[in-house]
Amino acid sequence: MRSFLQKGWRPILVIVLLLLGWQLSTIILQIPEWLLPSPTQIVREAITGWSIFSGHITSTIQLIFIGFIIGSSIGIFVAIALHLVPILREAFYPLIIISQNIPTIVLAPLLVIWFGFGMLPKIIVITLVCFFPITIALLDGFRQSDRDLKHYMQMAGATNRQIFWKLEWPHALPALFSGLKISATYSVLGAVISEWLGASEGIGVYMTLASSSFRTDRVFVAIFIIVILSLLFFGIILLLEKGLIKWKPKEERERHE
Amino acid sequence: MSKLEVNAVSKSFGDNEVLRDVSFSISDGEFVSLLGPSGSGKSTLFRIIGGIAQPSSGTVKLDSKEITGKPGSISYTPQSPSLMPWRTILNNVLLGQEITGSRDEHKALEMIERAGLKGYENSYPHELSGGMKQRVSFIRSMLSPQGLILLDEPFSALDEFTRLDMQKWLLSIWELYQRSILFVTHNIEEALFLSDRIIILSAKPASVKKEFIIPFKRPRDERILLSEEFLQWKKVIYEEMRQQDVSVDY
Repeated sequence: MRSFLQKGWRPILVIVLLLLGWQLSTIILQIPEWLLPSPTQIVREAITGWSIFSGHITSTIQLIFIGFIIGSSIGIFVAIALHLVPILREAFYPLIIISQNIPTIVLAPLLVIWFGFGMLPKIIVITLVCFFPITIALLDGFRQSDRDLKHYMQMAGATNRQIFWKLEWPHALPALFSGLKISATYSVLGAVISEWLGASEGIGVYMTLASSSFRTDRVFVAIFIIVILSLLFFGIILLLEKGLIKWKPKEERERHE
Repeated sequence: MSKLEVNAVSKSFGDNEVLRDVSFSISDGEFVSLLGPSGSGKSTLFRIIGGIAQPSSGTVKLDSKEITGKPGSISYTPQSPSLMPWRTILNNVLLGQEITGSRDEHKALEMIERAGLKGYENSYPHELSGGMKQRVSFIRSMLSPQGLILLDEPFSALDEFTRLDMQKWLLSIWELYQRSILFVTHNIEEALFLSDRIIILSAKPASVKKEFIIPFKRPRDERILLSEEFLQWKKVIYEEMRQQDVSVDY
C-alpha cells in the first residue's frame, strides 16, 4: 500500500487537478447541467440514483463474466489448435486478422437480427472482441519458446505432447496473461455495446435511456462505472497472474539487470 | 567397443554442402573434442547425431545400433544454459529423467550438492549466476538416462576465470561418473585440457581433417596448462588449423 502511494501520487494528483478544473469551469463558465454536469452533480446523482442503477450493474457484470469466460476459453482453444496443426494456422490466421477489421458496431445489429434480443447475440459480441488478443498473444508465446530447449527435449526423445506441456505451454503463460488483461477491458466495452442494441437491463440500456432524455449526469455516472469495472477486472487478472507466475519472465529480468 | 560411430555422414541443403563424409567414433567413457571454426556445420552434425535431422547419406550408430534419424539416445547440452525459468533448479535437473524415465530425486539432490549448488534446489534459474546455470544444465545431462552427452561450446559465454573453474569441475564430475562425452569448442586450450582425443574439423563443407590422441594423464592438473609439452601440443594443433586458413581462439 505504501509503495502504491509512493508510485501512485503523481497520477492521482493529475486526476484531482483535472476534476478541480472541471468543477471550477462549470461554475465560472456557467455551463448548464444538461450540457456538462459538474463532478459534484455526477456524484450526487450516483448516490441518489443508486437503487435504480445497481440492478443494471449486476446484470452487466453477469454478462461480462459469462462472455469473458466463454470468449477467453475459445481464444485459448483456437490458439492451441492453430499452434498444433500448422495447416489450420496457415488457413485461418489471415481470416482471424480480417475478422478484427469488421467493426463490432456494424456486426452487432446483424447478430440481433439473426439471434434476437436474448443472451446469445450479446455473448457472441463479447466473444468476438475477447478471443482475438488472447489467441494472438498465446500463439506468439508458443512460437517464441526457447529453441535450444526444444532441441534438447527432441534429442532426449520427448514426444510432441511433452514438448507442448512441459515447454510451450508454461512458456506462453505470461503472454496468455497479457492477452487476458487486454480482453478483460475489452469485454466490459463489448458488454455495454451489446446492451445498446437491445436489452431490458444493463449499463448500456441505462446509458441509452439517459442520453435520449438528456440526463447527461447519468451518462457520466455510467461512464465512470464502466471505467471502474474495467479497472477492477484488470486488477483481478493481475492478481491471478501474480499468484500463478512466481518466476520472473525473461524480459522483466533483463530490464532489471 | 565404440559407443558412438559416425559413418561417412554427408549433408547438403540444396547446393549448400555443409558436411562431407564425416566419420569418427567415441569409445565408452571417452572424452572427445570436436575442434573447428564457428559456423562449420557443427550444429547440423549435432542435430544428425541427436536424430532430429536426417543426413543426406551415411549412418550414426550408438552401441552398434543404428540411430540415424531416431531421437532419444543422446543428451544434448546447448550453448546457452537453457533452463526453464518456471522450474526450480531441482525440477530443471529432473527434466531429462521426466522425458524418458522416472524421477530420481535422491540422486538429483546428491548431484546438486556435489556441484556446489546445495541450498539452491528450490531457487529459480534467474537467481543463479551464468556459471551456476551452466552447471545445472550439465547436471541435467548427467542425470539423463542417455549414455552419450553432447556438449555444445558450453563455456563460450563465461569469463576466463569461471571458465577454468568450470573445466576443472566438469573433469571431476566426468571422472566420477564416466560417461561418453562429445565436446564441441573452438578453443584449442580448452580442448587440450579436457579431452582424450581431439578431432579437427575443416571449414565448410566440414570433414574430419585430423585426429590427435592427447596423452596427458588423468586426473588432470591445471598446472599442465603451463607445461612445455602443453605448449608444444597447442602449436601443433594451431599449425594444423591454420593450414586451412580459419580463425580460431589461440
